[in-house]
Amino acid sequence: MATGPDTSGLAKDSRPVPPGEYLVEPGHDFGSVTDKISAIVLQRRTPVGWFVGFAIGFSLLMLLLFTVAGLLFRGIGLWGPNVPVGWGFDIINFVWWIGIGHAGTLISAILLLLRQQWRTSINRFAEAMTLFAVSCAAFYPIFHTGRPWLSVYWLFPYPNTMGLWPNFRSPLIWDVFAVSTYGTVSALFWFVGLIPDLATLRDRAKSKPWKVVYGILAMGWRGSARHWHNYETAYLLLAGLATPLVISVHTVVSFDFAVGLVPGWHATIFPPYFVAGAIYAGFAMVLTLAIPLRKFYGLEGFITLKHLENMAKVMLATGLIVAYGYTMEAFFAWYSANTYEEFMIKNRMTGPYAYMYWCLILCNVVAPNTLWIGRLRRSVPYLFFISFVVSTGMWLERFVIIVVSLHRDFLPSSWGMYAGTRYDWSAFLGTIGLFITLLFLFVRFLPSISIFEMRTILPGAEVEEEHE
Amino acid sequence: MTAKPPPPAPPVYGLMAEFHEPGEVVAAARAVHAEGYRKVDAYSPYPIEALSEALGFHRSWLPPLVLLGGIAGAVGGYALQYWASVIEYPMNVGGKPYHSWPAFIPPTFETTILLAALTAVLGMLALNGLPEPYHPVFNVPSFAMASRDKFFICIEATDPKFSITRTRAFLEGLRPSAISEVEP
Repeated sequence: MATGPDTSGLAKDSRPVPPGEYLVEPGHDFGSVTDKISAIVLQRRTPVGWFVGFAIGFSLLMLLLFTVAGLLFRGIGLWGPNVPVGWGFDIINFVWWIGIGHAGTLISAILLLLRQQWRTSINRFAEAMTLFAVSCAAFYPIFHTGRPWLSVYWLFPYPNTMGLWPNFRSPLIWDVFAVSTYGTVSALFWFVGLIPDLATLRDRAKSKPWKVVYGILAMGWRGSARHWHNYETAYLLLAGLATPLVISVHTVVSFDFAVGLVPGWHATIFPPYFVAGAIYAGFAMVLTLAIPLRKFYGLEGFITLKHLENMAKVMLATGLIVAYGYTMEAFFAWYSANTYEEFMIKNRMTGPYAYMYWCLILCNVVAPNTLWIGRLRRSVPYLFFISFVVSTGMWLERFVIIVVSLHRDFLPSSWGMYAGTRYDWSAFLGTIGLFITLLFLFVRFLPSISIFEMRTILPGAEVEEEHE
Repeated sequence: MTAKPPPPAPPVYGLMAEFHEPGEVVAAARAVHAEGYRKVDAYSPYPIEALSEALGFHRSWLPPLVLLGGIAGAVGGYALQYWASVIEYPMNVGGKPYHSWPAFIPPTFETTILLAALTAVLGMLALNGLPEPYHPVFNVPSFAMASRDKFFICIEATDPKFSITRTRAFLEGLRPSAISEVEP
C-alpha cells in the first residue's frame, strides 16, 4: 500500500472491541475511509501480485478465445452433448454462473431493504461479481446456438425481413428476457452505486488523464443535497425492483427444466430450490473473493470477521434449504409411485454417475452443516476452503440434474453416457479466466468497496432529526 | 452592430460556507432556510436525509415516473407478445391457444422491471441535471473535499435576498470554518 490510513488523533473510544463484533474497525473517520479505499485505485505502483493474478486470468481468457475460434470454425460438435444428453457443460455452466451472480443482487438489494448494515462493505464487489458472472453465463447459450450472428432473431423479438417471431410459450425465451433484464438492471444498479465514488476518485486523482476519465464517468456529480435526495430515492426503488427480479431470474432458469417432462426435471419444488441454491453458491463465491481481497489489500478493518461470519450463516441457511430440496426430490420420486420417477432417483443414487450424486451430498449437505460450529464460522482458512467445496457442490448439482436425468431416456435403447470433451473443459476454464480478468481490472480501476456508503455507517455520520 | 450588449455576468455565483461536521451543516442549513434563503444547495460526501429536509426538499418526482415506466413496460411487453403470437405470426405450438396468457406473464414481468429500472436511473439523472460538464461550485479549490469529508452550503446569487455583504455576514454568524466566493 502506498498510503495507509491516517489514524493519528482519531481514537475516540479506546476500549478494545473484539474482532468479529464491529463492521468498521474503530478509529476510522470520513477521511481515512476515503483515503484507504481510494488509495487502492489511485496508487501509482501496481503490486506484483496483481500482475500475477491478472496473468493467470488473462491466459485462461485466451483459452476462451481459442475455444470460441474452434466453435465458430468447426461447429459445436466440438462440445460433448449429443443424443440423449443434449445439454451438457454448456447449460451446467450457464446455470452455475447465473446462480453465482445472485448473491451480489441479494447483498445489494435485499439486504438493503432489510436494513442490514453489514452489506455495506461487501456490496460493491459482490455486484461486480454479479455482472461478470452474468457475462460468463451469457457466453454459453449464445455459443450453444452455434451461429450467434443468427441467434438474434431466434432469441429477440424484432421485426426482421423474414417476418418471424419467437415462441413466447417457451421457457427458453423467458430465459432470454430474464437474463438480459437481469444483466441490464445489475449493470445499472452497479453504475448508480459507483457515481458518487467516481466523483471522489475524480477529486482525488493526481494525474490529469485519470481525472478526465473519472470526471466523465462521474458526470459532474457534486454531492448536492438535492441530488442525494433523488439519488437515494432511485437507489431504493432499484433495490425494490431488483429484489423480485433476482427471485424471478433463477425461477425462470428452473422453468427451463421444470416445464419439461423429463423425470428429474419435472418438479414443482424447482423454483424455490434453485433460488436458494443460487444464493448458496453466490455467497460461497463472495467468500472466495472477499478473503483474498481483504488480505492482500489490508482491508480487514472494513471486511471484518463479522462480515465473514454473517456470510457463513447465510450459506448455512440456504444450504439447509437446498438439502431440503434434495430430500423432497427423493420423497416425491417415491411418493409419486411413477415408474420413471422412481427409476430416476434410484439411478441417481446407484447408477453410473452415483459418485457424482454422493459427492454432491457430501459438498452441499454434509459440509455446510459444519458451519453450525461457531469456531469454524470464524476461521478464515476454513471459510476459504468451504467456499470452494460449496462451489464444487453446486456445479455437481447441476451436473446431476442435467446430465444424469438425460442419460437414461424413457427407452433403454436410447440410453447413453456423457463426458465433457477437451473443448467443454476449455470453455469452462475460459469463462473462469474471463471472470478473473474482469475482477482484477475492476479491483485496479474502480473502488472495490463503496466509499460513500462506508461513510454512512461510521459513528460520526448520524445526524439527529429535528422533531417539530 | 446595434445589438444590445449582453447583460453583465453576475460577479459571483454565490457564497459558499464550509463545515467539518455533519451536525453543523444541518444546523446551518436550518438557519439558512429559516432566514428565508431559497436558492440554496448543500453538499455532503454522503446522503444526509436531515440536510435535504432542512433545505425544504420534500418531494421527489421519481416514484411516479418509475410507476409510469413500470406500467409502460407491463403493457408494452404484454402487447408485444399478444401481437406477435396472435396477430402477426399465429402458430400452433402443441395445441396451445394463440393467446396463451399464463405463458406471457414471465416476459411481461421482466419488461416491467426493465422499463421501471431504466426510468429510475435515467429519471434520477435527468431530475438531477446530470451529466453536467461544468458547474461553478468546482471553482472553489477546497470543494474537492466535498467528496471526502467536508460539508458545504452555497447560497446562490440569484436568490432575491442575496447580498454579497449581508449574506456573508449572515454566514459568518453560522460559524463555518471558511467562506468563499464562488466564481460563476
